[in-house]
Amino acid sequence: MSFESLPVLEQLMLAMAAMALFTSFVLLEQERLVAAIHAFAWQGALVSAVTTLVAASSGLRHLYFSALLTFALKALLIPWMLHRLSRRLELDRYAEPLRRPALVTMAAVALVIFSYWLALPIMHENLIFTRNIVAVSLAVVLIGLLMMVVRQQAVAQVLGFMSMENGLFLAAVSATGGMPLLIELGVAFDVLVAMVLFGIFFFHIRESIDSLDVDRLNRLTETEEDTR
Amino acid sequence: MTHTGLNAAALAVALALVSSFVSLFTVWSPRLLRVAAMPLFGLAGLAALAAGLVALAQADVATAELPLGLPWLPWRVRLDALSGFFLCVIGVVSAAVGLYGPGYVRGFESGRDSLPALGGFTGLFLASMLMVTLADDAFFFMVSWEMMSLSSYFLVAFHHDIAANRRAAFMYLLMAHIGGMAILLGFGVLASFGDGLAFDAMRGAEPPFGWASAAFALSFIGFGMKAGLVPLHAWLPEAHPAAPSHISALMSGVMLKVAVYGFIRFFFDLIGQFHWQWGVAVLAVGGVSALAGVLYALMQHDLKRLLAYSSVENIGVIFIALGLAILFLSAGHATLGTVAFAAALYHALNHALFKGLLFFGAGAILHSAHESNLDQMGGLLRRMPWTGYFSLVGCLSISALPPFNGFVSEWLLFQSALQVWRLDSGVLRTLIPISAAALALTGALAAACFVKVYGVAFLGQARSRHVRRARPVPYSMRAGQGMLAVLCLALGVFPATFLGLINAVPQQILGRGLNQTLAGGWLWLTPVRPDVASYSAPLVALTLIMLAGLAVWLLGRRSVFRTRRCDAWDCGFAPPTPRMQYTATAFAQPIRRVFGLLFHIEESVENQDDGKPRHRLDISDRTWGLLYLPVARVVEGAARRISYLQSGNVRVYLGWTLVTLLALLWIVS
Amino acid sequence: MNLTALTLALLQLSLYVALAPLLAGWVRKVKARLQNRRGASVLQPYRDIYKLLVKETLVAHTASPLFRAAPYVVFSATWLATSAVPLVSTGLPAAMIADVIVVAGLLALARFFLTLAGMDVGTAFGGMGASREMFISALAEPAMLMAVFTLAMTAHSTNMASVVEYQLAEGTILRPSFLFALSGLILVAIAETGRIPVDNPATHLELTMIHEAMILEYSGRHLALMEWAAQLKLMLYGALIANVFLPWGIAQGSGAGELASGLAAAVVKLGLLGAALAASETALAKMRLFRIPDFLNLALLLALLGLLSYVILEVGA
Repeated sequence: MSFESLPVLEQLMLAMAAMALFTSFVLLEQERLVAAIHAFAWQGALVSAVTTLVAASSGLRHLYFSALLTFALKALLIPWMLHRLSRRLELDRYAEPLRRPALVTMAAVALVIFSYWLALPIMHENLIFTRNIVAVSLAVVLIGLLMMVVRQQAVAQVLGFMSMENGLFLAAVSATGGMPLLIELGVAFDVLVAMVLFGIFFFHIRESIDSLDVDRLNRLTETEEDTR
Repeated sequence: MTHTGLNAAALAVALALVSSFVSLFTVWSPRLLRVAAMPLFGLAGLAALAAGLVALAQADVATAELPLGLPWLPWRVRLDALSGFFLCVIGVVSAAVGLYGPGYVRGFESGRDSLPALGGFTGLFLASMLMVTLADDAFFFMVSWEMMSLSSYFLVAFHHDIAANRRAAFMYLLMAHIGGMAILLGFGVLASFGDGLAFDAMRGAEPPFGWASAAFALSFIGFGMKAGLVPLHAWLPEAHPAAPSHISALMSGVMLKVAVYGFIRFFFDLIGQFHWQWGVAVLAVGGVSALAGVLYALMQHDLKRLLAYSSVENIGVIFIALGLAILFLSAGHATLGTVAFAAALYHALNHALFKGLLFFGAGAILHSAHESNLDQMGGLLRRMPWTGYFSLVGCLSISALPPFNGFVSEWLLFQSALQVWRLDSGVLRTLIPISAAALALTGALAAACFVKVYGVAFLGQARSRHVRRARPVPYSMRAGQGMLAVLCLALGVFPATFLGLINAVPQQILGRGLNQTLAGGWLWLTPVRPDVASYSAPLVALTLIMLAGLAVWLLGRRSVFRTRRCDAWDCGFAPPTPRMQYTATAFAQPIRRVFGLLFHIEESVENQDDGKPRHRLDISDRTWGLLYLPVARVVEGAARRISYLQSGNVRVYLGWTLVTLLALLWIVS
Repeated sequence: MNLTALTLALLQLSLYVALAPLLAGWVRKVKARLQNRRGASVLQPYRDIYKLLVKETLVAHTASPLFRAAPYVVFSATWLATSAVPLVSTGLPAAMIADVIVVAGLLALARFFLTLAGMDVGTAFGGMGASREMFISALAEPAMLMAVFTLAMTAHSTNMASVVEYQLAEGTILRPSFLFALSGLILVAIAETGRIPVDNPATHLELTMIHEAMILEYSGRHLALMEWAAQLKLMLYGALIANVFLPWGIAQGSGAGELASGLAAAVVKLGLLGAALAASETALAKMRLFRIPDFLNLALLLALLGLLSYVILEVGA
């Protein structure tokens, strides 16, 4: 079956999923922290849009609640909290240049191709067409992990972690029609609590080592190597 | 009738050997080199071209056995469409060298260099290349291959009073022999499965996948080393500039194609199986060579070194096309594989033509201005107009611009890469467009490189006194350049005609011709189908000329509004001096900054004793540090350890003899 | 080739060359209005070209014959390239002789001669413009080719008329690959036509000019041809984006009524694209030269994502 024969809702779903992949690239490469937070908000909005469309096309009513929850949490609340956090940590205008951006982009593209190759066996089974989105969501997860590897700033690491969660959510929605609502709520509140804890943590880290560069966390060892 | 081609080829070999022999007499009469040896060389080239055309036209196979070689292993000779095509390539460039040579070697007559060596080895070089193309068994092939390497070694070491040339020649010899050994081992693998060294026996062999892969790897390393693929290319930029310019043209234009011929013969004809893993390997190596070659070329300011690196790039493009052909053939799409194969062959021919033309231009500059450093040249278009315009054709062709020939082969290559949607593998469907994008990057960088070359060397103002006084070159050199320039234009404007001529090659090797591509007649190139892609080179060229002519007629002929000559704009300060122009290094600086990681760049500004700061910029090849030096260190270490065996003590030697005797007795018992 | 086809071809050729200055004037006018000025009339570029044509032509002492020939080559190559892009109708013979790769090749030919002309006089400005221009075009080529690839993989053709007809036959479809390819192509178009944020077409400051640096020595009719060629290039990219990605309204036959409505649709689409270009030029500032690789890498990334979305999402289960 080719693209043209799909109904409009499903075409829109694929378009939104592709744009979510684009936002994960933007998250990876964006130097300015505030812009990265905005990109993360867009990613959350796109994921909730895909959830709504899946709900509309498959008739699973509880997905509407999931979508609303995701939108409220991932696109509004958490970005607002991160924004507030970065203002209090005086990181408003912080921009961390990426070393070797070309290599990082090539690695991200390679991850996309790899996740496509991984998802191929799934795609050959004749289930809901949204299997195609599984490859994209796997790529979002891997790129989020790559972001955590490549970025040094602590808030950027949190963004990477959150975007991994976005990818997993997208995979769950597209492959199996969402998780049971109870689990949804549990996961959502876990994420919220994690956010609050991160905020508290960051203040402590900054007080201990006077910077939020995670590479410097090794200063916390007991040995006397502080000749930085 | 079938033997006309073989007779013409034999005549070509004979003429080349005669030219070599005649050169021996230049000891007594130096004029013989340009009066007799070079014209004979050119005639040999024409004979080879005729033999090739006959073979392509008749499209059948002619074989013969020579009474040379060992009694039980006579040398076999074969002239089929593939040999015929490469005979054409060799022949046309050699004929051009025959035209160009007399003017160029005149400069050597009054020097201290050995003329018999020059003429003798040139003739031998051509003869051995012709024999490689004609060989039909591994023995004859390897003997001719050796002769080719040795004669070109002597030519590279021609100016042996310069230490750098000696080093370059030694490195060339070393790598040629390593490559030759790999090829020999490859033949060995095939011969063991085919029971015999004759190519016919090897064709019938059906080695299993593992052994076939071993043979493929060995032949790829061996022929790739001779063709100049990265990372085995390091000898190319050292050896090609060291040789005299007409020899550099032969080496870059023809010898590299003979290596491509060897690979095609070994792989497409003798092995005959196609697997996608091999295709991916060839595609990847070709892509890396193309990109690395052009980036290194951009960083050079020595003209001949730049042209040598550019050859690395074009060989990479040829191997990209071959890799695509293998991928399509392994997936069963024979028509598309044929298009990619034809693109590879056409690019080989085109490269021979325009690289030869560019080396002729470099030789002309060397002959009249004695300069090979781009940063000392400038303004040569007005001093040497014929050379300038012919080199412009060469630069346009190598940058793959319509309506010249380089564009046609790149267009065919892109069209075959675009058909990747027919493949089943999704991963290949992403990787091939990415490599096509890398090819587009290579093409654009090549255009940048040759804008740099032409703009710095021929345009602007002269940057040194001897270049300001350059004089036009002799007629024979202009004729050689002109011949190649006309061919570049012809192959660009009438590609369908020329592709029709070489149609016999894929027909014989792959079993399928270019029928769809040529279905539109001489006017159109339509790979796959007319509504999928079509290019009419003659119409494009014609329309271009008509539109330009219209503009000139409407605007250019106004005699009332004559142009007035004045000074260039200088912002109101002093008139611009030649030193204010961009140099070659300056031109490439943005690209060097962006792609800097690929090179090993050392840049420093030092304050010298007299207070003047001195800027040093050193750009070298990373493969030296990554591959060659470690290998050299390992070899040296192993050699040092083995040298302990030679302690110089007589009793130790007797001891070794005793041990060996005991071992042999034990084995025999 | 019958008479109607030939007339269509000639019509398209003359339409392009006649309307290109109008598009440039329109962009300038919208830009002026956005900046709270009245701006020159939309017909001002015509007056500028006429003025240049009748002025005296000056050639430097150090210039070679290539300097005088280059404007003609640049103009005719750009004109021929432009004429292969469908403007009012898809039933063109010109589309048969040149597909999108040939168009890119002809533009590269024009650029080659333009840069050589820049280096010809032997001043620092020309060399600088030439070096920067080749640098930008080298980085823009892969992005452009990727976008073309995405189109060609979907429509299975590189012939622009075929691609437009395929698009029209499909109906309105929301392909993510096309969206990405369109964005990538828009960024490439900005780089290749030398608009803000890559190059400022109205500057003559040494540090900021790229295209202007190469044509700095030209005057009179030579300069008129070079400027006209630049306007044609802008129209080429505009027509490419308008008709290939947003093909509604283009005629498919050669009847007079169809052609008139096709022309009206083309004018409307080009007008909207020009206004969008003017708005972006007003809102953005010119980037420094070494930020341009980031810009073009973004274009390449978008085109690559278009290709990946095509392979992953659109080829069906």
